Amino acid sequence: MPAYYLEALTVFLGLVLLMVEAFGPRDSKKLIGFTAAAGLAFIFILSFFAYGPEAKPDATWAKWPLWNFYAFDGLARFYKGFALVCTILVVLMSLDYRSILSRFTDDQESENGTGEYFALPVFACAGMMWMASAKDLAGAFVALELVTITFYILVAYLRRNVGSLEAGVKYLILGALSTGFLVYGIAWIYGSTGTMSLAQLPASIANLQSPTPLLFGIALVLIALGFKIGAVPMQAWIPDVYQGAPTPTTAFLSVGSKAAGFILLIRFLDPLLQPGSPIASQVTLMLAIMAGATLLFGNLAAIGQGNFKRLLAYSSIAHAGFLILALAAWKPTNESGLGSVQSVSFYLATYLLMTLASFFILAQVRIQDGSEEINAFNGLGKRNPTLAIGLTLIMAALAGVPLTAGFLGKFFVFSLAVEAKLWWGVGLAFIGAAAGFYYYFKIIRAIWWEAPADGAKPLVLPQITRTCVVAMTVATLVLGVWPQPILWLLQ
Amino acid sequence: MLALLVLLPLLAFVAILAGAPARKAALAAGAANLVLGLWAATCWQNDKLWSLSLPVLEKPALNLAFAFSDGMSVIMVLVSVIVTLAALLSGKAPEGRETLYYGSSLLISAGAIGAFAATDLFFFYAFHELALIPTFLMIGILGRGDRKEAAWKITIYLGVGSIILLAGLVWLANLAGTFDIPTMVRAAQEGSLVIDAASQKSIAALLIVGFGVLVSLFPFHSWAAPAYASAPAPTAMLHAGVLKKFGLYGLLRIAIPLVPEGMNAWLVPLLVLLVGNILWVGLVTINQKRLDLMLGNSSVMHMGYIFLAIAALAAAKANGQVNDLAQPAAVLLMFAHGISIAMLFGLADRIERNTGTLELSDLGGLAKSAPGLAFLFGMVGMASIGLPGLANFAGEVMVFLSAFRNYDPAAGLGPVQIACILAIWGVVISAVYMLRAYRKIFQGPSVRATEAAADLTFADRIPVLLLAVALLAVGLYPNLLLSLLK
Repeated sequence: MPAYYLEALTVFLGLVLLMVEAFGPRDSKKLIGFTAAAGLAFIFILSFFAYGPEAKPDATWAKWPLWNFYAFDGLARFYKGFALVCTILVVLMSLDYRSILSRFTDDQESENGTGEYFALPVFACAGMMWMASAKDLAGAFVALELVTITFYILVAYLRRNVGSLEAGVKYLILGALSTGFLVYGIAWIYGSTGTMSLAQLPASIANLQSPTPLLFGIALVLIALGFKIGAVPMQAWIPDVYQGAPTPTTAFLSVGSKAAGFILLIRFLDPLLQPGSPIASQVTLMLAIMAGATLLFGNLAAIGQGNFKRLLAYSSIAHAGFLILALAAWKPTNESGLGSVQSVSFYLATYLLMTLASFFILAQVRIQDGSEEINAFNGLGKRNPTLAIGLTLIMAALAGVPLTAGFLGKFFVFSLAVEAKLWWGVGLAFIGAAAGFYYYFKIIRAIWWEAPADGAKPLVLPQITRTCVVAMTVATLVLGVWPQPILWLLQ
Repeated sequence: MLALLVLLPLLAFVAILAGAPARKAALAAGAANLVLGLWAATCWQNDKLWSLSLPVLEKPALNLAFAFSDGMSVIMVLVSVIVTLAALLSGKAPEGRETLYYGSSLLISAGAIGAFAATDLFFFYAFHELALIPTFLMIGILGRGDRKEAAWKITIYLGVGSIILLAGLVWLANLAGTFDIPTMVRAAQEGSLVIDAASQKSIAALLIVGFGVLVSLFPFHSWAAPAYASAPAPTAMLHAGVLKKFGLYGLLRIAIPLVPEGMNAWLVPLLVLLVGNILWVGLVTINQKRLDLMLGNSSVMHMGYIFLAIAALAAAKANGQVNDLAQPAAVLLMFAHGISIAMLFGLADRIERNTGTLELSDLGGLAKSAPGLAFLFGMVGMASIGLPGLANFAGEVMVFLSAFRNYDPAAGLGPVQIACILAIWGVVISAVYMLRAYRKIFQGPSVRATEAAADLTFADRIPVLLLAVALLAVGLYPNLLLSLLK
């Protein structure tokens, strides 16, 4: 099956979902949610049977000019799968989140008017999948905008909730600003090299008279992508938007949108950092500065947080810092050991498990206790011991405790940074990891050491959430000892 | 088989989570591990039987690998299994908390054994961390007194220490191009792995501080005494007796063979710090008013002797000399201290349970009502002072001798010898606080707390005797252990 069918099918699925929303039952949106999850799961399976034009060079479709805009390789397959899995989990999380959705939309009693909340992530997913295949800056821009515009709606979805609206406005303004940066940067790159195709960039760069205009364009694009991945200097929106947006949207932003930003960044950096590229050292310097600032900001600002959702927001900035550090220590894939791209992909896969599991649990605490503060987790060890053990493991993994997947991700990044001799980057990363120990263990402390609030009821997880949390926790532990499966997927 | 030693406690942990009776499952795993450990000591050279290597990552090659690379690993595994069983036997879980209590002890044990048996740098580090989390939880949830503060302090200290350590290890692995410790050591000996002086110095600094925090090297020791004082008995026994030795083991296994010049570059600072451990913390120990705090501080103090042996070894190695005493001395003392401190914490827990207090001023005359307890406490107290016939004596004497191993009278006293002369005063300090504590608790007129105090029951004696036998056997015949190191 030609690879672009995947995106086409995803968009088609989104349209079908809108139809179901229009003609299906008004009071319960369960059907549309399950349809979305099932459809995406089907597309995920299909993605293992997709191939690019290299597989069948004689077919008519293989000669289409589409392939100038669309790449399909192991990396594209991995990140398409990543987007699909992430979207499936977000849709499942939304299913258990329906009570809050309906409370802040039109009618408190019925779920009327919440159906689009299950269809929009599917469109965003199509955009993310396209970003994984980016081969041309113009195409990448279109895909990126599809994701961003969908998120404008998703963030502000709780239209009777002031926090959600405020988040929507903030996201809109900064998103528009970053779009401006991106287009302006692409224009500078096009102006100085004469091409928007990433494949042709290395040849143009080699013949440049002066790299300055090109570097200016690259800096602008990096800043714009920094908005997607939550890196300094475009990190300011993250805490407020994460806090205000509905929790499934926050989870989607912090995992799906970030991963899509990273694959685009990887696609963008690859031609610039080819061996012998005259601008490689300047580009890695820019990345290293971004990484250092992001690590410091994310980790240090997280220390003082008392709200779990804000804490996860700063933690998401901090993780972006580790990921950019791996890119700043650029190492091509085919050499011995793990390359930067593999390390980043592995890190993101583990990040998906840990972060989505945290958001699943947070969503339930929000629904059942009405609070997202850390002290809502007080005494969880008594209220639901099994869940408490799971959340402890997840927090330990986020902090990077060994034998969990989170440690391996950080370990690979540290190894890369040491190998590239980015000493101060290594130093900042270690400071960040040490700070991480402090703020993630704050949650563990609340779970086990504090007494539950008076009259707190046992916290019972609904079936979907429980299955997902268990599956992700087990996967975090297994990948912590046996990371090879993710690397097989990357080949 | 070696993997089984790590796996058994983990399996028991899973079984407990699944609903098996906690105490029985834990004891079964502990007893089986003791048998396995003793068997390992008799035939550890048999590589086929005692090694395992599972590839978990192709590029860079990462193996879940266990093997006894030398007798040191065997001895550390032995002390782990002995203390584990004693800790499991002597503890009493609070109502309704059996799962946490025994499960955590099993995890600590599995982590320690895994760290001592792993030959892969990655898992060597990882297993130690696995043991830390249950330690924090046990202190924070089931601890006494200022448990939250003590637990938070040990979390932050050991977390930061581990990260500093990780920096050093990643750097080393990067230079060596492998995670396999025996391969690294072989390359360093054969000269195919050459680390320049500047890198050696930085790596050694990271390792000394990283491992040092974990072993409560002065001045990074202030987490230890409050944590042990508030920890439940099995946690204190396992951490002070076994897990803490990980840092010393790491210095001997990794720092000394791979960065000897770097270690030697920091020789004088290290000596100053270890003398700080012995004299400064020793004086602090004398001043303690509670038995548990006193024991916690004394365990910090005794680390200084083992550091002294490590320093002597580093000095000899960097100067091209041979010091065949230092490593056996360090290992022997690690064993002896592990057993004796575990026994002391176990007995202190008994004293508290039988009298209701550990304040030295509230105790007295306990020997009348509890003669068995008094005898055993007296014995292990003497051991920790260094009475001949018990394991600690052999270890301490060998440490002092090893410091003078390459002493050249013509050249005068070197820094190692000066530190050793200062360290010998530690023996006097130990005698002062230990004898004073014994007098205050067991002698003199009975007071209200001790009048009706019960003695050790038969069940109470089993774990204590297990430890006492180990102390006596090695004390009377140190070659039991030393022959493993040949």
